[in-house]
Amino acid sequence: MTQLALIIDLNVCVGCHACVTSCKSWNTSGVAGPMVDHDPYGKDPTGTFFNRVQTFEVGEFPNTETIHFPKSCLHCEDPPCVPVCPTGASYKRAEDGIVLVDYDKCIGCKYCSWACPYGVREVDEQQKVMKKCTLCIDRIYDENLPQAERKPACVLACPTSARLFGDVHDPDSAVSVAIREEGGYALMPEWGTRPANHYLPRRKTRIKLHEDELARADNPLRKEGPLPEPEPGAQSLDDVMSW
Amino acid sequence: MHPAFSVIFLTTLIGVGQGLFLALYTGQLYTLANLLPPQHDPRFYAVGSLIALVFLAAGLVASIFHLGRPERGWRAASQWRTSWLSREIIVLPLFVVLVAAYGAVHYLGWTQPLFVVSDTLPVDASLIIGAVGTLTAFLLFVTTAMIYACLKFLQEWHSPLTVFNFILLGGASGFTLAAAFSAYTGGGLLGFYGTWAVILTLAGFITRGWSLRRNRRLRHKSSLQTAIGVRHSHIEQKAQGAMGGSFNTREFFHGRSPAALRTIRQFFLLMVFPLPVLLLGVAYQIQSGTLPMVAFALQYAGLVAERWYFFAEARHPQNLYYQHIS
Repeated sequence: MTQLALIIDLNVCVGCHACVTSCKSWNTSGVAGPMVDHDPYGKDPTGTFFNRVQTFEVGEFPNTETIHFPKSCLHCEDPPCVPVCPTGASYKRAEDGIVLVDYDKCIGCKYCSWACPYGVREVDEQQKVMKKCTLCIDRIYDENLPQAERKPACVLACPTSARLFGDVHDPDSAVSVAIREEGGYALMPEWGTRPANHYLPRRKTRIKLHEDELARADNPLRKEGPLPEPEPGAQSLDDVMSW
Repeated sequence: MHPAFSVIFLTTLIGVGQGLFLALYTGQLYTLANLLPPQHDPRFYAVGSLIALVFLAAGLVASIFHLGRPERGWRAASQWRTSWLSREIIVLPLFVVLVAAYGAVHYLGWTQPLFVVSDTLPVDASLIIGAVGTLTAFLLFVTTAMIYACLKFLQEWHSPLTVFNFILLGGASGFTLAAAFSAYTGGGLLGFYGTWAVILTLAGFITRGWSLRRNRRLRHKSSLQTAIGVRHSHIEQKAQGAMGGSFNTREFFHGRSPAALRTIRQFFLLMVFPLPVLLLGVAYQIQSGTLPMVAFALQYAGLVAERWYFFAEARHPQNLYYQHIS
């Protein structure tokens, strides 16, 4: 059985919000859209997003580390949002494990958002229905797209390749290998929801500095004389390009 | 959680309706067993049922305001196998129909015994409908409370005390209303209903006090460490991904200060429990017809505050992701 998921490498994410904007852009004009924005240029902008990047500071100054933390629906293997839905609008697809909302059945009671401990479902306050990450089902199964582009918009947009996409039930897939070999973990394991999305932890990068690097022994500028000056009156590039 | 007045009024209003119906039927059973004098006015039960229906209908109207798409509300009965919300939506109209039938049978006087059990117990239509209605009333209490009690990571709600509180506080307010109704119409059952109202109010005080104590001592299973999977004793949120608010910041936090919360808790602890008991006692002493009304009004106002506090008190783990705006 397939279980599609996102793997997010916290060691690589730089918090640029490219995944947020590409997600909003793709989905607001896709099957889920429009995703409403209220007062976007005003004092209290608000709107519906499937994906948000939050920033946490770990440790105390000066020994701190900044963690940029993207979070979207985790597509739990045992999703608590699905059984509480009174209309069956929230469901988990058997064929690929994606948790979806049928917007035509949703009555906007918000019960599923109460039942999700991760806070990844948001009511669209204009359409009055619950919305959430679809893993871009309208991209990943689009046969008109080249194979390399059949991925969620956030994965394609990430400039640092912090996001991987694939089947976590296939032990040989890139995502399974990453989870296995780089210590991938799930959020809030205490509730037994078994999120399909995993996070790869930050890794310590130790910089090896040698004495001569600190002393700048190899600084090439030391060995250079003054820059050559042109003959007086000679034509040079500076005559046409002055900076 | 953010307390929604639609749900506060739904749960408290139908609680009164259920409690009043249970009071009426209890009164009928006691009369049948010759423990109470029979009602002079045969329409006592009919008018009582009508009042219960008004409360139930008002609760239904309030519930509509909680839905983004009420025109699709009929769909909400489909997932009764898994969702307590669906179960409530099935049981609530069923209970309304039973209360209406119970009132109609009394109003039309269809109370001739259908058969007699052991030559002593005459069974009429109202007795049968009332018994089914009583079962349904308890079923409705359980389904309403389980909507909240079944969410295991809202640890403040995830307790059998939630169910007991809904039953006892709904019952208490219903019996207080029955006492007021009986005293106002001169039915002479102020002592009977008032005694039960006091018993239920005191029982509710024990279970609600117990749940307040439990929630004060609660240790939350989720922390920032489990929420983002970083094992460090000092984690601080610097940005939550949006400069303005979002659905997540509005829906899951009450936005009041701890001092306001404390005031509301003291308010409802006073209004729901000691004041109605005191007023009912005084009303019984001086045989007042209006004082029980005041007792009910105070208790209902207290119950609105109690339900508000019930929602505000629950701390949703998703708030761990929304601690500082920027």
